[in-house]
Amino acid sequence: MANDAREGHTIEFSGLTKRFGQVAAVSDLSFTVPAGAVTGFLGPNGAGKTTTLRMLLGLVQPSSGTATINGKRYRDLPQAMATVGTALEAASFHPGRTARNHLRVLAAAGGIDRSRVDTVLGLVGLGDYGDRRVGGYSLGMRQRLGLAGALLGDPSVLVLDEPVNGLDPEGIRWIRTFLRDLAAEGRTVLVSSHLLSEVQQSVDRVVIISGGRLVYEGSLEGLETGGAVMADAPDRAALAAAVLAAGGTAEMTDAGVTITGIDSAAVGVAALSAGIPLSLLAPRHGGLEQSFLDIVGEGGSK
Amino acid sequence: MRFTGALRSEFTKLTTTRMWWLLGVILAVYVAFTAAVLGAAFGGLFPGAVETGGVSGLHELVYSVAVTVGYVFPVILGTLSVTGEVRHQTLTPTFLATPRRGTVLAAKLVTLFCFGIFYGVVALAASVAVGAPLLAAGDMVTGLDDSQTWLMFGRAVLAMGIWAIIGVGLGTLIPNQIAAIVVLLAFTQFVEPILRTVGMLVEGFAEIGRFLPGAAGDALVGSSVFAVMSGPSSAGLLEWWQGGLVLLAFAAIAATIGAVTTWRRDVT
Repeated sequence: MANDAREGHTIEFSGLTKRFGQVAAVSDLSFTVPAGAVTGFLGPNGAGKTTTLRMLLGLVQPSSGTATINGKRYRDLPQAMATVGTALEAASFHPGRTARNHLRVLAAAGGIDRSRVDTVLGLVGLGDYGDRRVGGYSLGMRQRLGLAGALLGDPSVLVLDEPVNGLDPEGIRWIRTFLRDLAAEGRTVLVSSHLLSEVQQSVDRVVIISGGRLVYEGSLEGLETGGAVMADAPDRAALAAAVLAAGGTAEMTDAGVTITGIDSAAVGVAALSAGIPLSLLAPRHGGLEQSFLDIVGEGGSK
Repeated sequence: MRFTGALRSEFTKLTTTRMWWLLGVILAVYVAFTAAVLGAAFGGLFPGAVETGGVSGLHELVYSVAVTVGYVFPVILGTLSVTGEVRHQTLTPTFLATPRRGTVLAAKLVTLFCFGIFYGVVALAASVAVGAPLLAAGDMVTGLDDSQTWLMFGRAVLAMGIWAIIGVGLGTLIPNQIAAIVVLLAFTQFVEPILRTVGMLVEGFAEIGRFLPGAAGDALVGSSVFAVMSGPSSAGLLEWWQGGLVLLAFAAIAATIGAVTTWRRDVT
């Protein structure tokens, strides 16, 4: 299935907005998903991830803005399934239809050779279960079948909504490697999740939304350093003033001053130039998950 | 290319669940049973049960139960082909595989028309297989050597095809499966028969009544219990081709309204 001369397809969201009545589910969302990398699309439940993906795929009509793949709307792609493979969370199956027949229905619609059906069943580890009715499938098996459907057209772009949900630990390990391999072949992979820890080991970049708005786009490392800094000084008020002057925000706590907006190096420079001796200066420990929750919390409270 | 793919997909979709043959078997049994009752009554197994003197075309009446009692089956199949996708949320993969929704709907209409034709053949086979021997046993005309009978078969099969696409239209109009089936059964089994019975009794009402879908379907086939009850001249019905056009119009109107309303909705 490796396609060496795979041209990279970029996904582009531009000013994407969706309002349901008065409620804005997605607001003015703009970001880019590059080829050859796994991009994690993160946010708490209800942040608008699924709505965003469904707008990208033409299932939901945006109120304004655009979402394109290689510059084209999904519905204008000449070979949709051969360009973009999708597995959506609610991508349900008729319980009375076998897995193989489900894939045959899709293959026929996409003009894809029927031999691919057995190939992708094997790829996702369902080779021996293809003739079972999907009604008897576990959640993990359904996730694998959804992924098989996404791979049917050997697409350059993969859009997967919560693919880790319901997988057992072995399945999670399997999908991590699988996604990394797909990206290494030059494909564009966009994976949504509401848990950073689920995708942390397989993503190169993250896009975080909260309350329908973009709150972070960049590398995982940047996410970590984007967290808060703990500092303390005998004269806390002077430290806070210096931080504010340097463009950060300061919050007095029992343990010292919690600083956001500037990194620890900038805090040190600010304290030095103001002549304030520091008794503590350190990035707040809590790791990625804490940074993620900090960011998401900010966006959610807006 | 894209349309043939969608068409193949719809055929595969329909044949890979049990619904189509389950409904087909029930259709055949139901039609065979009705044909047996009528055939036995007219064929003289119960002498004097029905006054048959002077009424011609009884063999057509027996055979046409394929449509008279069977037409609801292609409608159900057509309706389920849409509402089933809504119910099982398979519209998502369907629209992902074929992003142009109009193409999906067109493929469904063509597919269901073909299945309606198939149901028509099955139902006619059942009514003829059971009805003809019973008529022959009573020394009645079987009409199987008469080209008129075979023309009626052709119209009956066409009617079943159109009924199936009416079902697709109904499904797009009312995507909720239970609501769609309730409306379908209430209308075909209750509302329309009452309206048509009233139409026979009340002067002037027949003018409107013959444009009801069931009446138009009977007109297309050219023979039915209702046609016989309303008099030997079948004055209450449209010409067969008019009936066919009225039936087709019902299908077109339902599918068009559905296509521009519910079919365009967000799939969440």
